[in-house]
Amino acid sequence: MSLFVDKLKTQIAKELIISDEELLRAYECDALSAYRQLPLCVVLPENVEQVQAIMQLCYQENVPVVARGAGTGLSGGAMPVADGLLLSLARFNEIIEVDPHQRTARVQPGVRNICVSEAAEKYDLFYAPDPSSQIACTIGGNVAENSGGVHCLKYGLTVHNIMAVKLITVTGELVEIGAESLDSAGYDLLALITGSEGMLGVIVEVTLKLLSKPLCNKVLLAAFDEVEAAGDSVAGIIASGIIPAGLEMMDNACIRAVEDYLHAGYPVDAAAILICEIDGAAEEVDSECRKVEAILKAAGASEVRVARDKAEGEIFWAGRKSAFPAVGRIASDYYCMDGTIPRKHIGSVLNMINDLAEQYHLGVVNVFHAGDGNLHPLILYDVSIEGEQERAEELGGKILEICVEVGGTITGEHGVGVEKINQMCVQFNTEELLQFHAIKSAFDPKGLLNPGKAIPTLHRCAEFGAMHVHQGKLPHADLERF
Amino acid sequence: MTGELVQQYQQHIQDAYVAETPLCIQGGGSKAFYGRKIKGEILDVSANAGVISYEPTELVITVRAGTTISEINEVLAKEKQMLAFEPPCFATNATAGGMVACGLSGPRRPYVGAVRDFVLGLKCLNGKAEILNFGGQVMKNVAGYDVSRLMTGAMGTLGVLLEVSLKVLPEPEYELTLKGESDLATAIQLMNKWAGQSVPVSATSFHDGNIYIRLSGHKSAVLAAASQFPLSEYPDGENYWQSLREHKDNYFADDFSSDSRNLWRLSVPSTTEEINLQGQWLIEWGGAQRWLITSEPLEQIRNVAGKAGGHATLFRGGDRDGEIFQPLSTGIEHLHVALKNAFDPKRILNRGRLYKKF
Ligand SMILES: Cc1cc2nc3c(=O)[nH]c(=O)nc-3n(C[C@H](O)[C@H](O)[C@H](O)COP(=O)(O)OP(=O)(O)OC[C@H]3O[C@@H](n4cnc5c(N)ncnc54)[C@H](O)[C@@H]3O)c2cc1C
Repeated sequence: MSLFVDKLKTQIAKELIISDEELLRAYECDALSAYRQLPLCVVLPENVEQVQAIMQLCYQENVPVVARGAGTGLSGGAMPVADGLLLSLARFNEIIEVDPHQRTARVQPGVRNICVSEAAEKYDLFYAPDPSSQIACTIGGNVAENSGGVHCLKYGLTVHNIMAVKLITVTGELVEIGAESLDSAGYDLLALITGSEGMLGVIVEVTLKLLSKPLCNKVLLAAFDEVEAAGDSVAGIIASGIIPAGLEMMDNACIRAVEDYLHAGYPVDAAAILICEIDGAAEEVDSECRKVEAILKAAGASEVRVARDKAEGEIFWAGRKSAFPAVGRIASDYYCMDGTIPRKHIGSVLNMINDLAEQYHLGVVNVFHAGDGNLHPLILYDVSIEGEQERAEELGGKILEICVEVGGTITGEHGVGVEKINQMCVQFNTEELLQFHAIKSAFDPKGLLNPGKAIPTLHRCAEFGAMHVHQGKLPHADLERF
Repeated sequence: MTGELVQQYQQHIQDAYVAETPLCIQGGGSKAFYGRKIKGEILDVSANAGVISYEPTELVITVRAGTTISEINEVLAKEKQMLAFEPPCFATNATAGGMVACGLSGPRRPYVGAVRDFVLGLKCLNGKAEILNFGGQVMKNVAGYDVSRLMTGAMGTLGVLLEVSLKVLPEPEYELTLKGESDLATAIQLMNKWAGQSVPVSATSFHDGNIYIRLSGHKSAVLAAASQFPLSEYPDGENYWQSLREHKDNYFADDFSSDSRNLWRLSVPSTTEEINLQGQWLIEWGGAQRWLITSEPLEQIRNVAGKAGGHATLFRGGDRDGEIFQPLSTGIEHLHVALKNAFDPKRILNRGRLYKKF
């Protein structure tokens, strides 16, 4: 066994350390299982002092550290590093305090997202960011990825809904970032930490903002014969001055998969459906609902259903919420993309994706946060068929490049991780990447925190560029090719 | 034209980098009073102005940093949209760059978010004269570190802003202000209670023994909510909130240049009870932003704000060569210095404007 693990055992109780290969398997990947790596060991600390001791030892011994929440990440962010320590925050699962008057919750990072709203429910409060993975994913992971959910259109992403974090730095120091006041002195480190993918420190506590539950809500479901019309009506709703609580879209392939799985009564012949939720005071909801209905019809909806009651509204949503497992039944493997584009391009980009899919002989299913322009094309493939996985990854890369071309980004909420590291070279130029590295060094001069993730080295971009000509131009043409 | 301007700025920074000359970045100059007094060659970036793109259906406006806030407000108002964080201008020439760099927000802040919550992306020059783009024009973007928000409120110490993309929101259909007598402790209680209920509150304040509340949204919802409050309608609401935001209210009438009284801004958890410092209080943001005109000693104010879980800023008056903002803890200060070095290794950009040390 490694010398390092022996040293670790002098600091941390043996029961908290896993180094047996069989047991390590459970940690070799996150939800992007195509990328796997066994760590040197896994540690499951139970308190902040232990995290500090682990970080100090790793710093001293130059051992890389990868933090892990629930491992539901979709970009390989929590994938271990060989010869590195995997730091699981699973035992940090306590809701420390819910303060109904201040409308905040102080939680440990291993608390599952859904537990926060459950704990706040008795005060008629809720925690707004609601990723589809909310029954499993942790608040620490949410902060590290700046996760979103179906209600982010109106209520914002994780970055808009947290007030403070306690962070253990790479040297084992505890720093408090943010406060229960609405701002704090100095730089906005809270924003910098949010979405930093475990590259800048280990989050050991988070203070969340809670919102009061809307008085009522209504759900509409609209069917379209053409994808473009569905896309246009998204823009139309926003232009009319209405910000729905949620505005989600599914294409025909997805509608069929979901209908087979759940029998939610979705119109299976529609090219696309939109699910729109309006919330607020009763009068407001009624009037906005009528407006939205009119916009949808004017945009060419073949059918608009307004849920009669809560139960029917939940059925409308149920299909959307089970889209991923439903797609899991029609394909042995799928690869979930996460580009964001300006809303006006939804229709045209979906068509481009379909054309590309044909070229690559792969199926693509679309289900996504239309209101935010955040696409989730699911590329279907079969890992047992030689070459399909590579084709799926290449197609995925192409889709992301389209997103960048139309003025969008390669990732809206799933993070870069290991998966989109090459596309970072498309989105950012050399100076920008160097600036990111400089930020990383400010927090982690030895590069021990989650190395190899999120920000590509220039070397890597040069290699990627050599294989990949973007719009007729080599990226980083000024760089030496290795 | 603007391309040339940017080249000029770039050259200026390049020269300053080589000669290690500190630069003092200036937009409209409307917030020149804010932060520490610094010395340096003036880098006037106000000419780099104009709306680059604005698409109401995307809820995004992209402007050059020298564009005035009033121009942005005008452009948005035509489409019945707005900068929801209600930035204070303090003068007609206030620019978008200064707005983002100072990170100040107005009355709607606790209910919709601050400047930083609406910054989607930006283009800037760092201290090495490199032109960099971060974030973008879409609502969700987690590629790379969130530099756009990091720069918001950094007082120009990390980069010279060239362009910013901001999320905008539809104007509320209807607004109503209510007013009633109250004491300070009750006002804080009420503001927190309201924020925890599903009523469309969009601003709150307390001063001179009166509590004010603004409701915004759908007309029927606003009227229904208004009837629940034991307060009466205040017809001059629009002017009232504007004068608070712009510090034109009588409360702010002093220029704080001569006597020992200064204007402090205390940012504290909204439920913080009455703070034991002598002076005139004006409370906003549901209890989270508290203005204080006082001659109490600086250390005591900082102490009390810190103990309450917040921080205190010497907003106007006092010694502008001293520390204006709440001192940082050792660990946090260390990270600040390291970040400053990462963006501006020669420390030429607004050196000392935020903290003496960097
Ligand atoms: C079926 C399914 C649906 C999903 N739907 C959504 C969705 O709607 N919206 C969305 O945004 N995402 C979604 N995701 C992605 C994923 O759930 C989120 O990214 C989530 O935030 C990850 O949380 P986690 O606890 O599983 O983190 P992990 O996967 O364990 O880790 C994610 C990243 O965070 C870092 N990290 C974790 N904990 C800490 C910590 N305490 N300190 C520092 N760094 C840490 C890790 O190093 C890693 O880089 C979905 C995933 C699945 C499988």
